[in-house]
Amino acid sequence: MSGIEPYMVSNGATLLLLAGVGFAVRIVRRNRLWREAAASLWRRRRLALCVLAVYFVIALLDSVAWKGGVPEHAVGVLPNAPHSIVDRFFLDTTEASYSAPFAAVEFYGDRPLRHPGAHPLGTDIIGRDVLYMALKGARVALLIGGLTSLIAIPLALMFGVGAGYFGGRFDDFVFFLISTLASMPGLLLLIALIMAMGRGTVSVCVALGVTSWVGFCRLSRAETLKLRELDFVRAARVLGVSEPRIIFRHILPNLAHLIVITFVLMFSGLVLSEAVLSWLGIGVDGSWGQMIDGARDELSREPIVWWNIAAAGTALFTLILAVNTVGDSIRDVLDPRTQGDAP
Amino acid sequence: MGAYVLRRLGWGALVLLGVLFLLFVLFFAVTDPDDIARKALGEKVPPAVIEQWKANHGYDRPLWPWQDFENNLLFDHYRRMLTFDFGLSDADDSPITERIRDGMGPSLALTVPLLVLGLGVSIPLSLLVAFFRETYIDRMGVFLCVLAMSVSTLLYIIGAQFLIGKVLRWFPISGFDPDPLLLPRFLALPLLVGVLSGIGADVRFYRTAFIEESTRDFVRTARAKGASEARIMTRHVLRNALIPILTQVVLAIPFLFSGSLLLESFFGIPGLGGVTVDAIQANDFSTLRTMVFIYSLLFVFGQIATDLSYGLVDPRVRFE
Repeated sequence: MSGIEPYMVSNGATLLLLAGVGFAVRIVRRNRLWREAAASLWRRRRLALCVLAVYFVIALLDSVAWKGGVPEHAVGVLPNAPHSIVDRFFLDTTEASYSAPFAAVEFYGDRPLRHPGAHPLGTDIIGRDVLYMALKGARVALLIGGLTSLIAIPLALMFGVGAGYFGGRFDDFVFFLISTLASMPGLLLLIALIMAMGRGTVSVCVALGVTSWVGFCRLSRAETLKLRELDFVRAARVLGVSEPRIIFRHILPNLAHLIVITFVLMFSGLVLSEAVLSWLGIGVDGSWGQMIDGARDELSREPIVWWNIAAAGTALFTLILAVNTVGDSIRDVLDPRTQGDAP
Repeated sequence: MGAYVLRRLGWGALVLLGVLFLLFVLFFAVTDPDDIARKALGEKVPPAVIEQWKANHGYDRPLWPWQDFENNLLFDHYRRMLTFDFGLSDADDSPITERIRDGMGPSLALTVPLLVLGLGVSIPLSLLVAFFRETYIDRMGVFLCVLAMSVSTLLYIIGAQFLIGKVLRWFPISGFDPDPLLLPRFLALPLLVGVLSGIGADVRFYRTAFIEESTRDFVRTARAKGASEARIMTRHVLRNALIPILTQVVLAIPFLFSGSLLLESFFGIPGLGGVTVDAIQANDFSTLRTMVFIYSLLFVFGQIATDLSYGLVDPRVRFE
């Protein structure tokens, strides 16, 4: 092939993502309302935001990779494969099999380890460092939540705003489509889509996107219906402003707070769905869901191997808890209807 | 009223036809029948065997009506689903209708107590939290709800099986016995996990409903005339907040029949959720699409029932 490899795509996407974050920060700083909302969020949820930042940084460090620089004689490392920054911290850490946290010998059989005391969370069945696996899961989780939202939210906006603004036949069609999708069981539709498209990160994200845009589509359709009858939109129409311009300048900015709220509230549901998919054997490789699923047999061993599931479960739980608390606060800060209701 | 019911039923039928079309696209047009056959029979079987298998399972015809109007898969798919003639499983050739009939009982044995217990725990809890609104008890309660919502259901199941089933040995880790004396022992763990994993979202939802009602004028009037807080909570707030709660419950009733995928599969309950998970793991496409159709059918009827029950509890709702 022409030489474009997955790790290059990942590097490019990381750059784009950083640029997007910079752009978003600029918008927030320039607009008084967004700035106040951000400041209020920071006052309320400092700890949760810091936790999210840590996850984000770990995921970024795991997304930038290059080839070379691998020490010779490193065990269990492909010398010609690309390695991310996180990989490079754990290049030569594999053992032969299970070892407990900070242990000096193997868990079954008491053979000495190659790196005694060097695994703060132990190693898994084929000797990989559990801390390393848990850190790598951060990128997978953020990828699932982020990429899926990137598919679902534009899809929902396109159909929802279009249906609400233009009405008529298109509205009927969209309403029929979302009613149909909403009456199919989400998890089963998800599984059917993945079985039809084949496994892999992208197809899992596409399937999650297709099954999760319906709710936001309904919301944005209802909001657009309300907005299009407001005076400023009518005035714009009377002044002869073109329809795309009305949608992009007058309707979409008024949906921006809903986009942010939906993104954050959707995120935790998506990551938790992936855990269920992993249990069914159609999840994304390297996710915490897979680690938890694999740990089921380990708990029935004697003596039990607990550090694997503990690491994956804690990492997953902390991320979801942080996202949920931040999400609730974002909703309180941005949505005037719920203000003063939640703590 | 009659015209409204008819129109709702018509809309429901239209949505079901849409669901069937989507299923057709997913399971016939996108998925190659040769692949399904190979997954069922193994990779290295002679082409003649595959052809025979496709003929037995009805995959050996053209897909679309414009290819062959008399004999095509699309019309056949609609005809069979709408007459509840689900045919044979793609994985082991057993009749699907029979499996569904057998699975409904165990599913109901799990889901009916689960619904009742869930409501019995979360409604009093949310009333309590709403009663102490804007105090530390309320804040603590909401935080605990978010905490409970943030744990993956997988972790709840694995944790409960390990701690209560394996370490403490209070209840069997998994299994099922229709004998009414033994059944509660087998259902204890799945019920516990089911209630725990749903409690966070439910309490929060009900709390919001209660707090919304408690800001109404009639609540202030009741307080002004000297009614006690407990009486206000039960007589004025609870009764009015029951409308959104009822919507949720009525919508949940059809799904009692379909069971729970995760709980049934992990705890070895031979219900419809377990049938579905087995179908997923065995690449059993015909059972899977039948299950999706049945879930959708139940959902559409649940929605119609919800809309109609609104009119029964809330006299302000008029059907037009």
